[in-house]
Amino acid sequence: MRKTRIVAALGAITLALTLTACGGDDSDGGGSGTSNFAAGSTMEKLNKAKKIRVGTKFDQPGFGLKGLSGKPEGFDVEIAKLVAKALDVPEDKIEYTETPSTVREQVLQQDKVDIVVATYTINDKRKAVIDFAGPYYIAGQSILVKADDASITGPDSFKDGTKKVCSVTNSTPATNIEKYLGDKTKQLVLFDIYQKCVDALKGGQVDAVTTDNVILSGFVATNEGAFKLAGKTFTEEPYGIGLKKGDTAFKTFINDTLEKAFQDGAYKKAWDDTAGKNDTSELKIPTIDRS
Amino acid sequence: MGAVIDNFDVLAGGFWLTLQLVFLAAIGALVIGTVIAVFRISPVPPLRAVGTAYVTVFRNVPLTIVFFFSAFGLPALGSNASFLRIPGLDQIFTRLGIDLPYFRFAIIALSLYTGAFVCEALRSGINAVPAGQAEAARAIGLTFTQNLRFVVLPQAWKAAIVPLGSVIIAMIKNSALAGFFGVVGDLSNSGYERITVGGEPAIPLMIGISVGFLIMTVPLGVLLDRIEKRRAVAR
Repeated sequence: MRKTRIVAALGAITLALTLTACGGDDSDGGGSGTSNFAAGSTMEKLNKAKKIRVGTKFDQPGFGLKGLSGKPEGFDVEIAKLVAKALDVPEDKIEYTETPSTVREQVLQQDKVDIVVATYTINDKRKAVIDFAGPYYIAGQSILVKADDASITGPDSFKDGTKKVCSVTNSTPATNIEKYLGDKTKQLVLFDIYQKCVDALKGGQVDAVTTDNVILSGFVATNEGAFKLAGKTFTEEPYGIGLKKGDTAFKTFINDTLEKAFQDGAYKKAWDDTAGKNDTSELKIPTIDRS
Repeated sequence: MGAVIDNFDVLAGGFWLTLQLVFLAAIGALVIGTVIAVFRISPVPPLRAVGTAYVTVFRNVPLTIVFFFSAFGLPALGSNASFLRIPGLDQIFTRLGIDLPYFRFAIIALSLYTGAFVCEALRSGINAVPAGQAEAARAIGLTFTQNLRFVVLPQAWKAAIVPLGSVIIAMIKNSALAGFFGVVGDLSNSGYERITVGGEPAIPLMIGISVGFLIMTVPLGVLLDRIEKRRAVAR
């Protein structure tokens, strides 16, 4: 009995070795096998490992929200799946890591994730330490207020110094809204996550919550009838896919993947299935920035 | 160190806010701690039970949780801690009087938490007073309050001053948590914001923040050493 088992095990090992060898041959041959990515590139590495590590948010309705299923769901997650699919990595081999706003650059620099898709606004400061593919979506900052509040109509409503607004520490929206405040110390509250801001809005400690429209429309959807968006968006926030600085080939690859998805409808489907449910305005397809 | 000089105004503003916070919270903690200590040694059993329960709860719950209940539990109960908008005091400590309640919530959380430790430090001082003192005071007909006021507490205070100092120093460092519960612009978080949003180098600014805390804690430690030496002479 034992002998047969050992023989079987040896057989399996030999088989595995042969198979790996075959795989290697194919990619060396170039183009004809399972892997048709340039040798040594990030794409080849991920394709061979059949695994990709994705940083996303776990608390962002519509974009990346980890619910009872145990896996994050949303538009960002769908975009990550499109990239994984183009790399020929199966969906269940995507490893999700929670990346709140404050750690997104760090996890990329420390090589803890391969890409970050986490409502990540492209800006020059961040571009100095990491690279962005995309943008895959153009969001804009907006203001969430209680449904019966007519006193706030836009960012200018904060100029007289009485209305209080909440946002998240170390985020672009917090920096943006400061310009409109009469007195920062009396008007601005910052928390680590948006849910706390929404609680403060419910409790009446603040009059408004500000960040990108998509995030806010998620809260409008999850708290039926309690909140509404005040006024139009007042900034343009291009969302990009963060990746390690200097990996130009990988960036080009993701950009190509996105462009293909824009054209063949996979992008629109991803939107309609997730964040599009909360935001009925027409989806504008962004232009990829290849600079 | 150039980064510290460039951001000196931010760090100085943060230092001032943290100083205000710890000053007010220290007063709150000393008052609460003294009251609870009196409860714990009082001859009335229900008061003793309240005192013991208070210390058990607040000494054993993590400070983050106390902060959370203060910042999100009080509003749920409909309180904005407006009783802390003390007229006159809010002229010096401007954050006390503003509509945003998070500075007041932070004072409450720090005071409640530190109060439990102050109580135990004081009680250790009271235990250091020989039992004969309190017995003699009772024998000459002093009431419980008079006994405490004129005999026990003045002696207990001296023995408690060093552990009390450690408790207050720990509280100063704990105050850094306030920045995660809606207080904008305290020392550690305003410095941290310059690193993450402002893109300033981390290590010099973190050293700058540390120096800010040292400016608050080191003189306090020196003062305590002085008091301890004087007390030694007095004995």
